[in-house]
Amino acid sequence: MLQTVSDPKPATDSTSTRELQLSAFRFMLLARLLDDKFAALYRAGKIHGGVFLARGQEALSASIGVSLKKTDVFAPLIRDTAGRLAFGEPVLDAVRTYLGSPLGPMRGRDGNVHRGRPQEGYLPMISHLGAMISVVNGVLFARRLKKISGTVGAACIGDGATSTGAFHEALNQAAVEKLPLVLIVADNQYAYSTPTSFQFACENLADKAIGYGVESYSVDGTDLSVCLKVVGDAVAKARAGDGPQLIVAKLLRLCGHGEHDDASYVDPQLKSSPLGRDCLKVAEEFLLRQNWTDAATIAEWRGKFAREIEEAVGQVQREPAPDPFAENWLAISSEHLSETHTNHE
Amino acid sequence: MNLTYIDAIREAQAHALRDDPRVFIYGQDIGAFGGAFKATKNLAKEFPGRVLDSPISEDAMVGLAVGAAIEGMRPIIEMQFADFSTVGFNQIVNQAATLFWRTNVPCPITVRLPFGGTSGGGPFHSQCIETIYAHYPGLIVLTPATVEDAYSMLLEAVALDDPVIFCEHKFLYRHLKAEKLPSEALPIGKARIAREGRDLTIVTYSAMVHEALEAATELAPEGWEIEIVDLRSVKPLDTDTVMASVARTGKLLCVGEAWPWGGVTAEIIARVASEGYGLLDAPPQRLNAKDTPVPYHPNLWTAHRPTARAVAAAARKLLRT
Repeated sequence: MLQTVSDPKPATDSTSTRELQLSAFRFMLLARLLDDKFAALYRAGKIHGGVFLARGQEALSASIGVSLKKTDVFAPLIRDTAGRLAFGEPVLDAVRTYLGSPLGPMRGRDGNVHRGRPQEGYLPMISHLGAMISVVNGVLFARRLKKISGTVGAACIGDGATSTGAFHEALNQAAVEKLPLVLIVADNQYAYSTPTSFQFACENLADKAIGYGVESYSVDGTDLSVCLKVVGDAVAKARAGDGPQLIVAKLLRLCGHGEHDDASYVDPQLKSSPLGRDCLKVAEEFLLRQNWTDAATIAEWRGKFAREIEEAVGQVQREPAPDPFAENWLAISSEHLSETHTNHE
Repeated sequence: MNLTYIDAIREAQAHALRDDPRVFIYGQDIGAFGGAFKATKNLAKEFPGRVLDSPISEDAMVGLAVGAAIEGMRPIIEMQFADFSTVGFNQIVNQAATLFWRTNVPCPITVRLPFGGTSGGGPFHSQCIETIYAHYPGLIVLTPATVEDAYSMLLEAVALDDPVIFCEHKFLYRHLKAEKLPSEALPIGKARIAREGRDLTIVTYSAMVHEALEAATELAPEGWEIEIVDLRSVKPLDTDTVMASVARTGKLLCVGEAWPWGGVTAEIIARVASEGYGLLDAPPQRLNAKDTPVPYHPNLWTAHRPTARAVAAAARKLLRT
């Protein structure tokens, strides 16, 4: 049941493989540049609250985004900039949410990585880890009741979330209901500052799947080719009706938990190990080696993405900020049932 | 026809399932078995594929309901006991309660909580936890006290676009009876005058309405006319009806089966004290359960929660001030 993929067959030079890799790489690059911009805005004091980067996780995340269809369900987590973009999130949504624009999907009511468009299958995470998995289950469960078939739901978590009750309940629930859930664990060695040795005692997180009767895969999260293959296969299996799939990708978080965190606790040996490779560089070198693209084209993409990001930031910075006097301050949609008592007019 | 409160709950769910294809019920032992209290008796057979057994996973049950609501369904979640809803607390207060405000996408889920004390229930099958849910923005919290309200309010809850915490009292399940189901009802958010009087207002809800009614009957031969306000919904609170009653009687006693720290009775008193201070002829009082877990033995349990006798005693004391 457990499959370990760390040394894949050499990638075949079929057009679809090449196009998929190039597409995923572009989202990785766009995500890295977008994250870098958020980090710069944070350092300049232009962002309220935290900034959470996806550095080191782009290969895995982009693989998820490009493996899903627009009609699928996606619940990304904090380090899924690439997956969000690949799933179809406009750069403008990300920028507006970080800058708190009332024109963004969260309208300044929620911020940074807490963004999504639920009715488009793009679920906005809450901060409680593992909590989005059962929500994905719910969308899939409802679709089954509505006799809609062929869609898949992907939920992303980190190694830390595998210690939560919510993870256990939701993965077990998906298994019992045989839902087309693909649960992706980015085992990035640290949950904030806590190393995995304090998080779990099993040899490999993917082994947990056995206890749930779920198929699982271990994958090198620094290698785009392998991530694309494994995530693509798992998504296809879920879509074909084979039930929930658990993917555990090993990688290293190449940044702090957030930009406020210097990550001085990260073991230097991990940084110099294969886990510490930068997946973006690995992918770029691979694409160049395969002659699937060239340095000039990548530079061109880089320039185009940087301009796109600058334009989005410029546009959002000119947008009005949320106006507390324009807020209705109602937490429910049934306005006639709202508690007006404590609202000081 | 002789309908109990639990019959009303079952009939409301059957009605909702019949009328609206978006409705389904998810909970532990609710399918073929019909639920721990038989609130879904025969519904799985009547509505195949729409009354579904869940694993013992309160967190995932509510999470699933939120996802289904996003997908346009109207799930009803049966918690086997309100006490166990704390395992699903995170999904209720952080996921369901925030969804609309954060995303403008409504979250029409109904979470049924069989709550409140029964003899022998003990610490983990008796709790009244409406307060903790009412505290969080984004939830509607209902506490029907009659067979008719159990029916009409559950139907209205399922039809609402917001998450509803539906607190149905286990003590009332088979204790109350009605001739027929109502064809019309007060809307959610309106309190009901359960008994008219001029000497003192008792504001209460759920099973305590019946203790208060009994206390009022006990006090009548002594010449006291007690007015009883049944809140029906603790969030939103119908402050207007409470204030109007206090304006008539000048005296306020709030009675709740929940624990005393904070809560519905404290909220009522805070509102009346700040907005209706001039209406009061005496300091407002409240009566709640004792500040301990709910005891098991009937001798201890009847002393722990307010009873008709305790309500009458508190009312007498207030009437004499």
